[in-house]
Amino acid sequence: MALASISSNLLFVSFIAYLIATLFFGGAIKGGKAETTDKNNKWGKVAITITIIGFLCHIGYFITRWIASGHAPVSNMFEFTTAFGMMLVGSFILLFFLYRTPSLGLFALPIAIIIIGYASMFPKEITPLIPALKSYWLTVHVITAALGESILAISAVAGLIYLLKNVDLTKKSKQRFWLEAVMFTLVLVIGFVVSSTAFSIAGYEAKFTYIDKNEAPAKIEYNYPPLFGMHEYKALTEGAMEPIAEMPPIVNAKTLTTFVWSIGTGIVLYVLLRLIFRRPLAMVLQPFAKKANSQLMDEIGYRSVLIGFPVFTLGALIFAMIWAHEAWSRFWGWDPKEVWALITWLFYAAFLHLRLSRGWEGEKSAWLAVIGFIIIMFNLIAVNLIIAGLHSYA
Amino acid sequence: MSKINCQCGHENPFGTVLCERCGRPQTTEAKQSETVDMRYEGSARRSQTYKRSIIDRIWNFFSSVKIGISIIVAVLVTSAIGTLFPQKLYVPVSTDADIAAYYERLYGVFGTIYYKLGFYDMYNSWWFITLVGMLGTSIIIASVDRVFPLYKSLKKQRTKRHASFMKVQRIFGEGSSDDPDEALGKAEEKLKSLRYNVKTEEGALLAEKNRFSRWGPYINHAGLIIFLFGILLRGIPGFYVDETMWIREGETRSIPGAPGYFLESKGFILENYTKDEAKEIYGEALDRVGSIAKNYQTDVALYKNKEGGLPGQSEHRKLEKEYSIIVNKPLTFDGYSIFQMDFRLDELKAMTFQLTQKETGKSLGEFTVDLVDPEDTYELAEGTKVKLLDYYPDYDGVENGEPVSKSPIPNNPAFIFEMVTPEKPDGERSFVAIRQTLETEENAYKVNFIKADTRDISGLTIRKDRTLYILLFGGIIFMIGVAMGSYWNHRRIWIQKGKDNTLLIAAHTNKNWFSLKKELNQVQDIAHLPAYEDRLDKESTSENLEGDQQ
Amino acid sequence: MASKSKKKKRLVIRTVVLLLLVSAVVYTIAFKDKVDVLAVGDMAPDFELTDLDGNKHRLSDYKGEGVFLNFWGTWCGPCKREMPFMESQYKAFEKKGVHILAVNIKGSDLKVEAFRDNYKLTFPIAIDKTESVKEVYNIIPLPTTFLINKEGRIEQIITREMSEDEIKSHMESIQPD
Repeated sequence: MALASISSNLLFVSFIAYLIATLFFGGAIKGGKAETTDKNNKWGKVAITITIIGFLCHIGYFITRWIASGHAPVSNMFEFTTAFGMMLVGSFILLFFLYRTPSLGLFALPIAIIIIGYASMFPKEITPLIPALKSYWLTVHVITAALGESILAISAVAGLIYLLKNVDLTKKSKQRFWLEAVMFTLVLVIGFVVSSTAFSIAGYEAKFTYIDKNEAPAKIEYNYPPLFGMHEYKALTEGAMEPIAEMPPIVNAKTLTTFVWSIGTGIVLYVLLRLIFRRPLAMVLQPFAKKANSQLMDEIGYRSVLIGFPVFTLGALIFAMIWAHEAWSRFWGWDPKEVWALITWLFYAAFLHLRLSRGWEGEKSAWLAVIGFIIIMFNLIAVNLIIAGLHSYA
Repeated sequence: MSKINCQCGHENPFGTVLCERCGRPQTTEAKQSETVDMRYEGSARRSQTYKRSIIDRIWNFFSSVKIGISIIVAVLVTSAIGTLFPQKLYVPVSTDADIAAYYERLYGVFGTIYYKLGFYDMYNSWWFITLVGMLGTSIIIASVDRVFPLYKSLKKQRTKRHASFMKVQRIFGEGSSDDPDEALGKAEEKLKSLRYNVKTEEGALLAEKNRFSRWGPYINHAGLIIFLFGILLRGIPGFYVDETMWIREGETRSIPGAPGYFLESKGFILENYTKDEAKEIYGEALDRVGSIAKNYQTDVALYKNKEGGLPGQSEHRKLEKEYSIIVNKPLTFDGYSIFQMDFRLDELKAMTFQLTQKETGKSLGEFTVDLVDPEDTYELAEGTKVKLLDYYPDYDGVENGEPVSKSPIPNNPAFIFEMVTPEKPDGERSFVAIRQTLETEENAYKVNFIKADTRDISGLTIRKDRTLYILLFGGIIFMIGVAMGSYWNHRRIWIQKGKDNTLLIAAHTNKNWFSLKKELNQVQDIAHLPAYEDRLDKESTSENLEGDQQ
Repeated sequence: MASKSKKKKRLVIRTVVLLLLVSAVVYTIAFKDKVDVLAVGDMAPDFELTDLDGNKHRLSDYKGEGVFLNFWGTWCGPCKREMPFMESQYKAFEKKGVHILAVNIKGSDLKVEAFRDNYKLTFPIAIDKTESVKEVYNIIPLPTTFLINKEGRIEQIITREMSEDEIKSHMESIQPD
């Protein structure tokens, strides 16, 4: 047990370290000049040092949890998403040492923080492996795939910086709208973390029985006040809130409830932020991107796709196929998660071809990188939680 | 199709952007723009050359990267639509009517539309396969059209390029030098130490590294084609076997798809994690979700018919091996693999009954009926026996005065017993089913159910896929190609003397300009070359003057 | 001119490549659900089964004569209905060189014997305990009947219940001259 608690403490330390490092990166940008050279100011050096300390703690979490559980800690939503956050920071560190741009850190670390926050909303206890996961391919496939995705995600960070710097936010435009939409989406994720934390601190729970889509009785436990009831639900917990509406069997009303609560909280949060800053969030963040060099950001975005794409192919397709052949007897079965990995791969293939042959550089490329990240996140979140398939473990 | 004659006298094919020999821009667009697009070295793609017959048109269609990208996007979108609702494969019903009903019941109108449009079996539909086929065609044709001209132009590139070629490069600098020859010499030395291949020609220098990375895309495309070819081969009979079998504990069955092989199930094992296990760390998780499966396992023995053995013969079987098939550890033999995929627990196997005298309730003994291979007589004592006259494994009522079994599986066994006792030596008949006993006339004796034994059934999948090695080979080739193209970049630096002691420098890379500039800076420092600019980086050229960061 | 023959060569190459690619796609679509199954005209795979009376029946022993190979199950209604017709035709054709072999699937000795006695069947009945003959003959629905001619080739495959007249004409079709 001791090891497991050391593990979660280390994760907490790394979380705090990333927060502090973000502030220092902010300082580095404020104090620094335009990013053209490969030298950093003091703030930047402190920031990257703290990031590395946080990253080492994060690795410490990973290793201790690995030892404690006896398997690579990538077997459920919490573990996988946390590992993904870790690799995102690792990829950032890699690209930072290639390009020495503090603004990348200023934007990459908060995204890693949100991802870790999101991860910790899932059950954190150590779970034993189900038979299908008992294979060394779990370690090999999941870690490589997550690493590839995290490097690809850095390209979205660079793209975001590029867009913040180059989209004219003073005039009404499609670009301005969509950039703000990206900001809004990030706030929604924070909304999920905030609402989920609030109800779990309050210790809310409500149990129901219901009839599932195969017409069999089942039980479910809500951690949010149930806005929507499962098909033919009956409350087991006394005094629980009566759901507003009953859902047909295919809709997971619990997920829908969580979703609506998160969106609601997110919207409230967004409105509050707008009231505080009195302007769009993209505009609030724009000054932080001002120092970045567009050409360099474009190149970082492209370079991280170049580095990440082969790793992703290897982990999410080739290793995946080898394992699928061993565990499920077929190397490819059109399971939703597999299909979305293929979609991600096709998307980045299109990205590369558009860039190479159609000259989609700069802003177009930046938008594509952001869309790519959305696809990756969709595969991580929506496919696991909404579209049921063989990969839904969480 | 007219040839393009360059000022230098070289005759270039139609579609050429930069002269194959001296590098002079050939098109008006290239002449006017500040920088030139260097992909395929400005050489003519083959397909651009002629536009004549229908075949050429189709060819040109597939040669276009724009079309290629459109096909990629089409595959992407159709794949995504296929994940909207579960595919046919993952739907727990099998007949067409049931499938249609399933989609309608769960997804309403959208489900019906999804079914009607054939999206429920998206990845097997002819148009999805056609799309993938078009993608393969596009990969082949587009690659073939580009790789040869690129190879040729890289092979015959000149060291000395025309000044107009240098001027349209993204990185270009021009300035006077105190001693151009010395500068060239120093640059050559430095470039060599940076592992460039340096060629010189009449006051001009070409430094080049990692040209092989230009072949990366074509190699990875070849890998993809090998992969697709492997998938194509699965259609050939014998290359690919995919069968399932349900096998009961104790049963020996011929393996579907693997003629001459037999499998005996010695037992199915299902284990769950327990809290007493060493890993007390799992306690919390077990509390939350209840039970978590630890192992699914079928212990089997594999038999093979001897040489010349025929189907149906049992005496010619010989034991090949004993194995425990568990998830992630299939049994493999002769190119086949058998996987643990599914199970059903507790099918009735045997039932134990007691013969009792109704009046006194006295037992005359017990007997067990094997539900798979029942015997016809069960001797209990001298003069006391129970005969099994008929048996209905899956009793489903009476039809035309006869009991009916709707399947051979003992889901609901029913028996016609004849009880022979010293008291009733002619026998009494009784029909016994679960929770039901029928007698033609009042009997003195009855057969009581005591207990039932069950057994488990393993669901196994049998696979043989001779294409796997081809697919793996394709995958490896793809990885080699994609790594070559992604992790190495083709960099070239041109330095040459201009008029009146000036030096011209230009540089090009297919990706990663940042590193190219870093190397160029090092050369610049040592050889005192003139300053260059990156024409696409408007920001640093204006802001650079503000000075370096601290 | 040299370029003319070059052009022609290119046209030929392009046509061949495109045709190959198109046929690859057509092939994939056409054969996506095809399994390797027995068809009419194929040699009937040899097998050897032991009937309820302990006599061995090897298909190749009947070479030169017709074999009416019927796969059935005790629970299967159509099988029950056609059995008496088979019995009466068996008597008529046995001497004319057409044999009946009924292969039971998934039955127990007791059940099959009870069935035989109940319907007073005299033609040989064997139980395919390991289902290996069933696998070789790709039997899916029951009853399925294979008509095997004197050369040992499959004359016809019937995957439904037959009337007495049909059975009779089927048997005539495989009767050796």
